[in-house]
Amino acid sequence: MVSSSPVGSVDGTDAVIAIADVSFAYPDQPPVFDGFSWRVEAGEIWSVLGPSGCGKTTLLLLLAGLLKPQCGQLSVAGRLIKRPRPRTGLILQEYGLLPWATVYENVALGLRIRRFYGPDGRHVPPDADIDSSGAQARIQYWLDRLEIAGLATQYPGQISGGQRQRAAIARTLALQPDLLLMDEPFSSLDAPTRESLQLLTLELCAEAGLTVVLVTHNIDEAAFMGQQILMLHDPPNQEARVIENPHKADNAYRCSGAYQMACSSLRQCMDKAKVDGSAGQRGLDEST
Amino acid sequence: MTSLMNRSPGPSAGAATGEAGHRGLSLVVAAVILLLMWEILALVIQIPILPTPLATLSTFGRELTRNLGRHFLVSLMRVVASITVAVALATPAGLVLGQSQRLNRLLSPFIYLLYPIPKVVLVPIVLLFLGVGNAPKIVIVTMILFFQVLVLVRDSAASIRPEVLTSVRSLGAGRRALFRFVYLPASIPAVLTAVRQSIGTAVAVLYIAELFATRYGLGYYIYIQGSTLFDYPKMYAGVIAMSILGLGLYFIVDAVERRSCQWTEA
Repeated sequence: MVSSSPVGSVDGTDAVIAIADVSFAYPDQPPVFDGFSWRVEAGEIWSVLGPSGCGKTTLLLLLAGLLKPQCGQLSVAGRLIKRPRPRTGLILQEYGLLPWATVYENVALGLRIRRFYGPDGRHVPPDADIDSSGAQARIQYWLDRLEIAGLATQYPGQISGGQRQRAAIARTLALQPDLLLMDEPFSSLDAPTRESLQLLTLELCAEAGLTVVLVTHNIDEAAFMGQQILMLHDPPNQEARVIENPHKADNAYRCSGAYQMACSSLRQCMDKAKVDGSAGQRGLDEST
Repeated sequence: MTSLMNRSPGPSAGAATGEAGHRGLSLVVAAVILLLMWEILALVIQIPILPTPLATLSTFGRELTRNLGRHFLVSLMRVVASITVAVALATPAGLVLGQSQRLNRLLSPFIYLLYPIPKVVLVPIVLLFLGVGNAPKIVIVTMILFFQVLVLVRDSAASIRPEVLTSVRSLGAGRRALFRFVYLPASIPAVLTAVRQSIGTAVAVLYIAELFATRYGLGYYIYIQGSTLFDYPKMYAGVIAMSILGLGLYFIVDAVERRSCQWTEA
């Protein structure tokens, strides 16, 4: 069952993500977040849902350390985020693969960057294994695991969207992250590819015990992937609206009445969020 | 990316080999047709200033082991040095401009004004400043290549998709790693395209530059044979050597580009 509850304090010590009174606005734009607080515990799988321009991607880029909040504190694994964190993985809708590199070279890219810097604690975790032979074995493992070993010598322009996203996932997971951020990772894929990759991603994250934050505008995807759902609305987002959605994410669930009910409830919540957001922000332009 | 010959998008090795064979054959056929047309024209006109290709090629073969070979090597050295200097200076400058909108805004008017100036008109000025020797020739050809490489590299760096930069930064890349793993490899096709497109002009301007203040180089050789010694077969041999210089460099850059930029055809 879908239930709704407000978020409590952010002072817990077990939180992987702790956002406290964060405000963020793009230059010359109204704020996207204004005194926003949210927390995510280790191993949780979250979907972030909301209409276009509500700040979903902005939230993800803040968590990734690629944007900096103007006010408030944002910490991941107990550390304030001021720059990209080496143990946070980011997967984007448009894959972000290097077009001039083969699938193998793309999957190996993160490990090459680690060898480039060495375990400096800034770009690379201080305990990271940068051994070359170990890296090769790890790359091969993830190529096999994502079923793209046969495409290793192909360029991104020669493979399908689903295969590119598999390469992007392999590249990220090869770095053994503890937090995985995903921005609409399956939205440009056809339905069968999307569903198989959703299942595979959940399976791999469960195996590695990853904490996951997945941004999506797709209600069905949010309901399937997220054990908890953060609902954003038109800016500024001041309060985290959280929807609990505990379920076993498998093919049986996708065909179940519970799933249909979850989607229906989310749809109602999203409509309400739009109404609330527009009521609260009438006259303000979208800023993201 | 433009080329004198059509490029096929074929990704497979077999198809690529077949395409290369077909391309080589069509080039040989075109060369034979051009030589035949030259032969017919020379036989019809029958004047000393147009020797037959057979007489010219015979002179070319003989001269290559004498003076012509040395002049060829001097011109080759000047072009290669110019390419090296131009790429070494223009690539980092183009990458910096491509990454910094502010700097690009500041310097764009200068590039806009300097880029279209036909560099050949600067030959007398460069000669006045740098005098005799290799330096003025290398500088003038470098100037032609520099702006072409600068503009193409700048545009290629500026057009890198933002999601590529975001995702590579999320893998831990700072400024140095972005330069090494993203900007530098992304600029290679632009560098090769710029060099390939400029080689014809560079060799033509080298010819002009070698007419002055030097006793070495194909420009000097052609001019002396044609205008002073009136040895037309040798003059044509020099023209063939200059054509080989331009074409050879073009083919080499084209081959390197095809080999290292296969992804652009993917």
